[in-house]
Amino acid sequence: MTMPDPGPWGAYIAILAMAVATYLCRISGVVLMGFIPLTPRVRRGLAALPGSIIFATVLPLVDRLGLAAGLALAAAVLSMVLRRSELLALLVGMATVSLARALGL
Amino acid sequence: MSSKHDDDLSTGPAPLTLAGMLLGARLVSVLLPGVIVFAVAFGAAAAGKGLPLSEAMVMSALVYAGVSQLVAMELWRPEWTWGAIAGLAAVTATVNARAVLQGAALQPWFGRYPKAVNAVQLFFFTDANWLIGTRYRAEGGRDLGVVFGAGLLLWAVWLAATLPGYLLGSLVADPRRYGIDMVMPIFFAAMIVPVWRGRRAAMPWLVAGVVALVTARLVDGYAFIIVGALSGAVTGALLDDDA
Repeated sequence: MTMPDPGPWGAYIAILAMAVATYLCRISGVVLMGFIPLTPRVRRGLAALPGSIIFATVLPLVDRLGLAAGLALAAAVLSMVLRRSELLALLVGMATVSLARALGL
Repeated sequence: MSSKHDDDLSTGPAPLTLAGMLLGARLVSVLLPGVIVFAVAFGAAAAGKGLPLSEAMVMSALVYAGVSQLVAMELWRPEWTWGAIAGLAAVTATVNARAVLQGAALQPWFGRYPKAVNAVQLFFFTDANWLIGTRYRAEGGRDLGVVFGAGLLLWAVWLAATLPGYLLGSLVADPRRYGIDMVMPIFFAAMIVPVWRGRRAAMPWLVAGVVALVTARLVDGYAFIIVGALSGAVTGALLDDDA
């Protein structure tokens, strides 16, 4: 038995499939961790997770996007250390990357 | 140590207030310019690919995940087979798989709320309100409204900004030129500062970063975030707190 072709509804079915896949990603971490007892070890692993996600996202991006991106992120972190303002850090980072790219870095 | 706040969570109230939602909306507002430009870029890409406006808007409303929507535009086609739809769903899940870990990281907090509340608020769960929620928790906050309010505002803005992007077409054909591609990376990097808990706690993060770096060089796509972050979590779990 074969399913009939998606036909004219194909695009909407594709969008729906994307929506379901994304929603499952969003809920499954919370659902799965509900079944895992929070032992001290699991707790330490979870405590390390946010910073790990941040580093695992940022370092490869610097590697991929190049020197200008690295300078921008460093400038943003420095700004954050000095002033603790996300808005300022964002502006400093954007200004740095625009400048660095304009200079051809 | 950071576990102190987590212990606080197991008792006491689990609030979700309007004041918290407004705070979340205020905290996320610094990201709105970046989100608007990103949504405009998606709208433009969708128009360029020949999607009807209705499909672009429905995708922004239901999927609400920027990178995966842009990737989908690369894979979009005029005719769909079930295989192509399954492939698109698989790519979408890969791109968004980091949300699994982000949700797991906040589960000790989210898990205190009714399932129905989480089923709704997690629909609006993205990088931005995960970061905001993580920082807010690190500072001892416990009002889920902060995450929910930030997510709701971002969703509304994301959806609204898709429209002008679609209509204006290719005005922002090259977001790279204005550094728009750097908004989320910069925000991610800036968040290192408020979640910083000393060098010892940062050891797993370094492991995560290095493993991700190596994985990214070896494997295409976005698997590096998952592999790296899991390595960091395992390292953290194996490190003894009082050693």
